[in-house]
Amino acid sequence: MTDTAPLMPRRREMQPDPYWVDYKTSVTRSPSLPLLSMESTPSEETGPRFGHGLLGALDNNLILNYTKGKAPAVGERIRVHGRVLDENGRPVTGSLVEVWQANAGGRYRHIKDTYFAPLDPNFGGCGRTITDENGYYEFMTIRPGAYPWPNRANDWRPMHVHFSLFGNAFGQRLITQMYFQGDPLIDLCPIAATVRDRSQLDRLVAPLDMQNSRPHDYLAYKFDIVLRGRRQTMFENKPEGM
Amino acid sequence: MTQKLDTLVETASQTAGPYVHIGCIPTFAGLDGVYPEDLGLSPIKDGALGQQITISGSIYDGTGWAMRDAMLESWQADAAGIYPGRDSADPNATGFCRFAADKDTGEYTLRTIKPGIVQTRDGSFMAPHISLWIVARGINIGLHTRIYFDDEDNTADPLLARIEQRPRLETLLAKSQAPGVYRFDIRLQGQGETVFLDL
Repeated sequence: MTDTAPLMPRRREMQPDPYWVDYKTSVTRSPSLPLLSMESTPSEETGPRFGHGLLGALDNNLILNYTKGKAPAVGERIRVHGRVLDENGRPVTGSLVEVWQANAGGRYRHIKDTYFAPLDPNFGGCGRTITDENGYYEFMTIRPGAYPWPNRANDWRPMHVHFSLFGNAFGQRLITQMYFQGDPLIDLCPIAATVRDRSQLDRLVAPLDMQNSRPHDYLAYKFDIVLRGRRQTMFENKPEGM
Repeated sequence: MTQKLDTLVETASQTAGPYVHIGCIPTFAGLDGVYPEDLGLSPIKDGALGQQITISGSIYDGTGWAMRDAMLESWQADAAGIYPGRDSADPNATGFCRFAADKDTGEYTLRTIKPGIVQTRDGSFMAPHISLWIVARGINIGLHTRIYFDDEDNTADPLLARIEQRPRLETLLAKSQAPGVYRFDIRLQGQGETVFLDL
């Protein structure tokens, strides 16, 4: 029943500006005409589902998954964890969460990354997991380094982890980035600045979570994510076919 | 003062960046062996019902340059217009595909089956279409659009009917090149800008 309910309209004022002059690539990659808005249809209200059969044992451990457990990656060991909720505050269960990031030196394992910080032979930089029945996820990784990038004359990306989320509807699809509490580069970053609403930007910054760290092993950061919800009304939840 | 609303606000999007392939299609990015295979390699399995089709195209930025670093995802119904996961859906039409612009040419290719007509909640019918989601460096929030087909009857489609400037409808039509072969170019900005969706 609920998977046929309409999605709540996206609050575009709470989302980044598509055109942001300080983020130069966005200038030619943002639509200049208004989006066509209408109520969601089954094409947006349904979406792919992925079972736990997809996952390998080390998929959510970026410290070990590139070497299949043989040798750990270099860097500050961290656990990133949190919950995926919808706009109604309900857990989004069984939902694929994918992450990718630079290594501890700020270098990506990608053909187009030419930064001279060295690759770590033991670090690939991608991971994935599926939210449990409470919408909870966690993974182990190393804290990514900050790095310079070609934009304005001297721009640096703050330390960040990329997140990709599916929810259970194609219209909920979201890619975002998690930043780290206390990183002074956040306020200098033109990509972070595309989010004009300060409280929305603050919600992309994961706090240090000492109570969920493990002494003599790893620090923890908490990152909760909210996906679009579905309208909840008895006037619309008609059984399919009626 | 009033009561407090208890709805949450959707997390803000951030660009997928130039290295989206590492996280979403690592084998494509050269990270062999992290996963057995990349997710969403094909939206169909052997035996999927319906007409096999191939759609190719490029994604052009506002200067007319074909982007080499975009990643696309598609989602579609089966040949009968039923979405995967729903009762009586074709088990071989998994519906979801992930693919990237070629790093040298910018061309993408999607091999799938043509979806059927989809019934909406209010009983109207949507013409056959494939939903598309585009992310890349410089795209701050993923762009949704749809691929319709120029050899189908699109006259009653409720989404296409909402396009006021009728010539813009053309931007959502895959152009038939040969039986089962279509071209669908996407223009992010400017002349011939593709209609992007908010639904």
